[in-house]
Amino acid sequence: MTHYLEFEKPLAEIEGKAEELRALARKNEEMDVEKEAAALDAKAKTMLRDLYKNLSPWRKCQVARHPDRPHTKDYLKALFTEYTPLAGDRNFADDLAISGGLARFRDRPVVVIGHEKGHDTKSRIEHNFGMARPEGYRKAIRLMDLANRFGAPVITLVDTPGAYPGKGAEERGQSEAIARSTEMCLKLKVPLISVIVGEGGSGGAVAFATANRVAMLEHSVYSVISPEGCASILWKDAEKMREAAEALRLTAQDLLGLGVIDRIIPEPMGGAQRDPAVAMASVGDAIASMLAELVEQSPEKILNDRRRKFLEMGSKGLAA
Amino acid sequence: MNWITNYVRPHINSLFSRREVPENLWTKCDECGTMLFHRELSDNLNVCTSCGHHMPISPRLRFNALFDGGIFTEIDVPLPLADPLQFRDQKRYPDRMKAAQKATSEKEAMLVAQGEIGRTPVVAVAQDFGFMAGSMGMYVGNAIIAAAEAAVKQRRPLILFSAAGGARMQEGILSLMQMPRTTVAVEMVREAGLPYIVVLTHPTTGGVTASYAMLGDVHIAEPNALICFAGPRVIEQTIREKLPEGFQRAEYLLDHGMLDRVTRRSEMKDELVTIIRMLMGLPPAVKGDLPAPEPEPAPADAPAE
Repeated sequence: MTHYLEFEKPLAEIEGKAEELRALARKNEEMDVEKEAAALDAKAKTMLRDLYKNLSPWRKCQVARHPDRPHTKDYLKALFTEYTPLAGDRNFADDLAISGGLARFRDRPVVVIGHEKGHDTKSRIEHNFGMARPEGYRKAIRLMDLANRFGAPVITLVDTPGAYPGKGAEERGQSEAIARSTEMCLKLKVPLISVIVGEGGSGGAVAFATANRVAMLEHSVYSVISPEGCASILWKDAEKMREAAEALRLTAQDLLGLGVIDRIIPEPMGGAQRDPAVAMASVGDAIASMLAELVEQSPEKILNDRRRKFLEMGSKGLAA
Repeated sequence: MNWITNYVRPHINSLFSRREVPENLWTKCDECGTMLFHRELSDNLNVCTSCGHHMPISPRLRFNALFDGGIFTEIDVPLPLADPLQFRDQKRYPDRMKAAQKATSEKEAMLVAQGEIGRTPVVAVAQDFGFMAGSMGMYVGNAIIAAAEAAVKQRRPLILFSAAGGARMQEGILSLMQMPRTTVAVEMVREAGLPYIVVLTHPTTGGVTASYAMLGDVHIAEPNALICFAGPRVIEQTIREKLPEGFQRAEYLLDHGMLDRVTRRSEMKDELVTIIRMLMGLPPAVKGDLPAPEPEPAPADAPAE
């Protein structure tokens, strides 16, 4: 069953009608509804195109959080072979909000790390809704170090509301874990490629996305704070999230303009959730092309270029 | 914060002459409620004379007390683009900036200086909680990079006093990008083999804690400073339970292994000198109130962005 977002309600109505008609026709063979249904389909298609042509930043946030969007688990299946998960931070626990391990990407051995949000209530709880605790960052640090020593490129898939705001997480050094993970990204002498596939939430995202190349899916978002959080602080009203989403410039299109990301990966019409296979294939092609730009470079160049990129970031502003 | 005016350098005082007499000569300690006379309070480095509570202190006042004879040279920070996102909440960002500049007589939320402490040359950088909650934007990033470059160039240790509510939301993603940017700065100091000492002061939270404030060679905090990634209110809303007494305070973090030391402001200078001199392989410092050193030549070759 399709999960419709609030702004997709009119679309849900039309698509629902078309579906009903066809269901009727299946029961009653004499009925010929195909013409009417096709007309509804066409209408739905136009509406979908219009809805997605100019998504507002807040709508993009909703699409980025869509439960049917492909998650790290799906990308691991679709884009990688021989995926061998590696677990644990060797200190305290294994954080299931972060999946990661060795894998082959188009035959090349890589280390892949991603936030996993889960797809139903049970798995969402298990993966803590993609909100990592310190153990998650420390596992990632360990995996990045492994990649660095064995010359494997690192691919990170970012999809998190942010780091987990919990008592234990704070006691075990959430800040330090995030800081060290960002630091590890900056120390790598192997290519680091990051794709923001859904939500890029604050420090939880940047700890993995301090990369040589950062790509975003067309309707994903990347921000210093959630629009709701920003609204409740600056507007003193969490309901002003639309205004906050607007002001924060969190869309892939704005971030490309600001020079924070390097490319936008187009999504199928109606978002990645409407055709996950196509969306994931596009992500695969984008990773391959970004990787190709980097694999021939010397380890020193890879490291120094990444540092320089971040040192220079932000000097051009929106006008760029 | 009216006490500041008595301590800003005279030429600034003359610019803001009407602020020379503080409107409010008394400050109430937020901890014990004692009314404190402004002069007595600032003489005690904004530490309550009654209960020892450490209140925020402006970078200038701190540097006056930190550097020998109160003498330091400011290091220029390359100015970033103003209002890069054309951000507007209930107020425009440039208006908020102007208000903060007027209230503090400072340009931005970070002051970078070089000078001597206990006759040991250092570069120091301090965050100003009084300036838009010390929030980290492009300028703060530039300040830390400038400080790191100056430290590396002159082979001096870097001391950083953190104090911030977190990232500056008005700079959106660019404030988040200061986490990697400042991390590069810390790496430069580390790779040069120079000490990087972080003094965490109340409050140090959010993206600031999750980047340069937690990457020091030595972490010292002021007593009872709130130091965290997610604030206690956010956590209480998430886990829906009361947090223990002293949660996320300096002493709590010391217990949980995130800090090396908790040190009172009055003892901070001596402690910094001791640690830095050992790490730099220098002989023990001569203790006591040293007279001002010879004036340093102005850093003509201020690091450029």
